[in-house]
Amino acid sequence: MNKNNLILYIGILIFGLAAPYIFPAFKVQLSILCILIVLAITWNIQGGEMGYNTFGNILFYGLGMYLCASVQVGMFFPLAEWTESGGEKTFVHTPAQFFQGMAAGLVVAAIVPTIVAGLIGYAILGLRGHYFAICTLGLGVAAGEISGGIEIIGAGQGFTTPPFPNVGSLEARGEFFYFLSFLVLVLTFIAVKAIYTTRFKLILNAIRDNEDKAEAMGIETMKYKIIGWMISAFFCGLAGGIMGGLVGYIDSTDVAFDGREMGVFMVLMAILGGKGTLWGPVIGATVFHIFKEGFWTFFLGWQYVALGVLIVVIVIYFPEGIMGWLREKYPERFGEVVDEADRKAQVEIK
Amino acid sequence: MDFLVFQYPMITVQACLDGILLGVLFALIAYGMALQWGVMNIINIAQGDLVILGGYIAYFMYLYGIHPAWGVIVAPIIMYFVGIAIYKLVINKVVDRDLFISILATFGISILFMQLMNFAFGADVVLANSGYGTTMLFDNNVVLPNSKIFSAFISILFAVCLVIYMKKSKLGRAIRATAQNARAAKILGVDTEKVYAATFGINAALCGVAGALISITFTIHPYMGLPYTIRSFMIVIVAGLGNLPGVAMSGMGLGVFEEFADYILGTEFRIGSVFLLLVLILVYRRFKLSRKREYLK
Repeated sequence: MNKNNLILYIGILIFGLAAPYIFPAFKVQLSILCILIVLAITWNIQGGEMGYNTFGNILFYGLGMYLCASVQVGMFFPLAEWTESGGEKTFVHTPAQFFQGMAAGLVVAAIVPTIVAGLIGYAILGLRGHYFAICTLGLGVAAGEISGGIEIIGAGQGFTTPPFPNVGSLEARGEFFYFLSFLVLVLTFIAVKAIYTTRFKLILNAIRDNEDKAEAMGIETMKYKIIGWMISAFFCGLAGGIMGGLVGYIDSTDVAFDGREMGVFMVLMAILGGKGTLWGPVIGATVFHIFKEGFWTFFLGWQYVALGVLIVVIVIYFPEGIMGWLREKYPERFGEVVDEADRKAQVEIK
Repeated sequence: MDFLVFQYPMITVQACLDGILLGVLFALIAYGMALQWGVMNIINIAQGDLVILGGYIAYFMYLYGIHPAWGVIVAPIIMYFVGIAIYKLVINKVVDRDLFISILATFGISILFMQLMNFAFGADVVLANSGYGTTMLFDNNVVLPNSKIFSAFISILFAVCLVIYMKKSKLGRAIRATAQNARAAKILGVDTEKVYAATFGINAALCGVAGALISITFTIHPYMGLPYTIRSFMIVIVAGLGNLPGVAMSGMGLGVFEEFADYILGTEFRIGSVFLLLVLILVYRRFKLSRKREYLK
């Protein structure tokens, strides 16, 4: 890591830590931004590096959300009675109970989706192309439909997560969730950055470029695909757990397994930023979130229309994303050696 | 657990008949999907939304006092032009690109359509009442609405007409040639661009027919599109591309499966079971093919 990069990272870290005090009114939005970036980064492991375009990472996100909330409630109170009472607060978590529950819930929310990803991955990562994409789309929707029929987690009525306890300050809730999601974001980024410097990333890229050849070279592609998916699931589950606490209410198809919103957002953000790059998803998620919030506020009701148009436009006109565009414009900055004569020749041909 | 299906054998007959009549409709939609998949190598996620749009056309005719059965003629004509418009605006830019690009682009169209229909027609579950009455079978133990029989009949009629058209007409031959080898067809003077547009239009028209029939026999709702896409995708992968009897059989099989899932698991798990079945079929095929070291292409 050279000096410039170090300064950049420290700057971002300081900005991230100071952000809730600079923009006190936007704490929730900033937390959601962190979660979105985490989702985009984890999607990029599949879609960008491995070439397996999944719509199914929403499964782990929703699973994490339900698990975290269930553990948080179930550790101290009977879960069935809690969901039955709905919004009425028959049970109140003390601060200690809330934080203990949250911690235990997040651990479960990270581990169980990882195991699920391993099991499902073994079954479906052998599919390729269209089949994988549509299969994962089906998985996400099926999970939403099925969890909407299970009574103990609230069925179609929804599940209220424990309200944040009264710890003195009114700002505490926003700050708690912001720093929690920022922590997860930093962890995800560091983990993914570390992974991308190893041979593992090269193997993923080999799978993307030509899986048969990678296999012929003696790489056990299945093993690496599953590990890649498990890494994604781990962070998706964590992000889901935090998001559940942040939103305060879990609905099977509109919040948790929201394939129509979150499931598409993560794909779109990664593509917008530039898939297959480390910074692409981060930039894409930030741009997308700012655009989305602006648009959602001014064109209330038309947001899905805008979303549909946005998907089509991004996919058709910017399939390489922002990073891809930058790379084309300033190849030197990406460490590509550009031959001046070659470039001139290309310009002349054009 | 005591299942109604086992206690009253007549319910089994009812479910089978319902499922077959429903499955014929699924097969019609799946035929459209197989057509465009084979010709353009595109999986259209918006397929189900085109179906629902066709349903709303018939529903509107019903609202304005025209018998909704005429929707079977009007909906495909309108939907043909909608299909051509979608092709010109979006699909022709993604035809020869990465497969995922086309899936995502049609997913965008699907969301767009869903929401526009929601604005235009409201989020209520509606149906167009055809007033066809019912037929009783087996000592009044099995009830079949005539509208279902009508819809199955019309679907078969359209499918047969289309098959003959594809075999005999000039455009049909061009479409089949393009499906076999687009480049060779181009060399031999087939305007593939036109063929693609026509294929997409025909697919949309088929969706329109199916939608009009669905609005008569079942209910329609702006957000109900995706399950139809998934069903037709499932039927096509089970049957294989270009296998028409297979499409018909697996369509009916899926219809029967759904009716039984409805009776045994409960209506709230109906859509979920369809999606799970898709995953199971794909997983089954993966393990079956991996024994021969192949994979789905």
